[in-house]
Amino acid sequence: MNAPATAHIFKARPTTARRREKTSFWLFRAATYLVLFCGAAVFATIVVKGSRSVFQAKAPFINTTFFTEAPESLYVFEYQGKKMELGDKAYRAFKAQNPDAATVKTESYVYSAGGIFPCIVGTVLLVVGSMTIALILGVCAAIYLNEYARDGRFIRFIRLAILNLAGVPSIVFGLFGFGLFVLFFDWNVSLLSGWFTLAFMVLPVVITASEESLKSVPKGFREGSLALGATKWQTIRKNVLPYALPGILTSSILGIARVAGETAPIMFTAAYVVRDKLPWDVEKFSDFFFQGVMALPYHIYVVSSKIPQNEYTERVQYGTAFVFLMIVALVATTSIVLRNHLRNRYKW
Amino acid sequence: MVIADPLSMDTRSSVPTPRPTMGTSSLATAGDSSAPASEILIDIEHLDFFYGASQALHDITLQVEAKKATALIGPSGCGKSTLLRCLNRMNDLIDGTRIGRGTIKIRDVEINGRDIDVIELRKRVGMVFQKSNPFPKSIYENITYGLRLQGVKTKAQLDEVVERSLRAAALWDEVKDRLHASGLGLSGGQQQRLCIARAIAVEPEIILMDEPCSALDPIATAKVEELIHELKTNFTIVIVTHNMQQAARCSDRTAFFYMGRLVEYAETRTIFMNPGNPQTEAYVSGRFG
Ligand SMILES: Nc1ncnc2c1ncn2[C@@H]1O[C@H](COP(=O)(O)OP(=O)(O)O)[C@@H](O)[C@H]1O
Ligand SMILES: [Mg+2]
Repeated sequence: MNAPATAHIFKARPTTARRREKTSFWLFRAATYLVLFCGAAVFATIVVKGSRSVFQAKAPFINTTFFTEAPESLYVFEYQGKKMELGDKAYRAFKAQNPDAATVKTESYVYSAGGIFPCIVGTVLLVVGSMTIALILGVCAAIYLNEYARDGRFIRFIRLAILNLAGVPSIVFGLFGFGLFVLFFDWNVSLLSGWFTLAFMVLPVVITASEESLKSVPKGFREGSLALGATKWQTIRKNVLPYALPGILTSSILGIARVAGETAPIMFTAAYVVRDKLPWDVEKFSDFFFQGVMALPYHIYVVSSKIPQNEYTERVQYGTAFVFLMIVALVATTSIVLRNHLRNRYKW
Repeated sequence: MVIADPLSMDTRSSVPTPRPTMGTSSLATAGDSSAPASEILIDIEHLDFFYGASQALHDITLQVEAKKATALIGPSGCGKSTLLRCLNRMNDLIDGTRIGRGTIKIRDVEINGRDIDVIELRKRVGMVFQKSNPFPKSIYENITYGLRLQGVKTKAQLDEVVERSLRAAALWDEVKDRLHASGLGLSGGQQQRLCIARAIAVEPEIILMDEPCSALDPIATAKVEELIHELKTNFTIVIVTHNMQQAARCSDRTAFFYMGRLVEYAETRTIFMNPGNPQTEAYVSGRFG
């Protein structure tokens, strides 16, 4: 033994701790890969199956009908040895030209032709309205809780209530909205009912996000402003809110994904299975708020569970899901870009 | 607004010139006839202050003279900041704070009285914080923040105040070409002087400074100290400092605090050369704290 004893200290020996280290490392790694795999599988299914409805072989490669038309029934029949798949309007035109087509055996599949334009419009309207309401209410509440309220039993109770609200299942919000807005306020199934129901659902998200953003504004800005003789509200308006707003907005974008995606809150309050008129097709302005709309998630639900299933309905299901996914991805990307942009701009 | 051209003769002297002593005779002009009569601006009597149940200040009695710099020194946690924040009622912002006993009068007005408008008080009693806190706005907007709140909109007036405040804070030459650049782009020392300029812009009578140089390098510190000297011509300054040389350099009177009590309050020179209390002596000679 010539080498000094210290030389052995760093030599690897398989100890229990080392074995555990290795096992746990692999466990965590496997869990991560599993999550990744599941996510990828979901995306792949929707993209593969959905791209059939969204894209097409001919230019402009995107199936514009799918994005710009309302859903129609699909008629499938054999005519002069050729298999025909026609939407409602096309089928009628075809029959008018070829009267004998009326006599051949025809199968019809509801909602399986045309597009999902009214659903996109409806979802956009629902999101914009409910997020506006949720932001106004949520930011006000967050300002009160974070800037004005003194910590006490009542405030703790309110916070607890908000926390609980976040855990309430969305179907319960749907039921609540149905009872309060649709029946009690007599707003019927309408945009307005849907807006408020969805707004209440995302309110906890918005309040929490807003409070976090307000908290991240340094205390020195408030003290500095107050020490110059500003009132509390002047301080908040001029020297707190402007710096908190980017954070509030970016975090709230996550709320948008939720509002856009939830089916349960709107199925009793705002969503129609099908509606011929587009939302701006109203006689007087106030009617706009009291009309139901079609919506993407509800449409997926309808075409997946309310009508007989076959290969034609599957196209609509996955096509709609694909479009929905794209919209959510777009929103998420916007949020990340916006956040990075604002982060650079508002540094302190 | 009365910011005269700031640069009095004693700016560069490191030991403050003797001033009339406080006490019963302090209201009368004492000795040196060129020295202005010392007027008591802030009068604190028997002040007890509490954070919830814990008492941070015990029976503080202290009088601050107008147009002088008064230093509050003492070891960490002895209540210097607490006392300072009582003077513009910044402690109101903290839950559970309360004054147990005693009065704080500024120009004979009890500032904790029911009919006191805290907003007005804070316009009269400006504050510079330990951690410089320029707002993430332009230099110009930082300075005009207080005035805009008061409804001043005229550009000429704002421009004038910006220049005057920046000059008074000895920052004008360094930033005059980039008034519209962010205040956060300035160096630490410049940021602190910007905060001083911002406080000056609303024309307070008193400026409270809570360890304004504790985060600054020696050169920036020297600039701020020089500035304090100049500001004394027009403002009454109460400065909390950790740094005893700083107190010696830029204050006229010094109060030594220990564990929430005022141990000794006298001419700065007396505190440092000939303290009356052994605790003070131990502290200023660096034996504790
Ligand atoms: N916000 C607060 N809440 C409770 N106690 C406080 C608070 N701020 C200061 N204190 C306590 O008051 C005492 C005096 O603090 P402070 O005035 O900050 O001391 P100094 O400025 O002399 O270092 C300390 O014991 C401190 O712990
Ligand atoms: Mg302090």
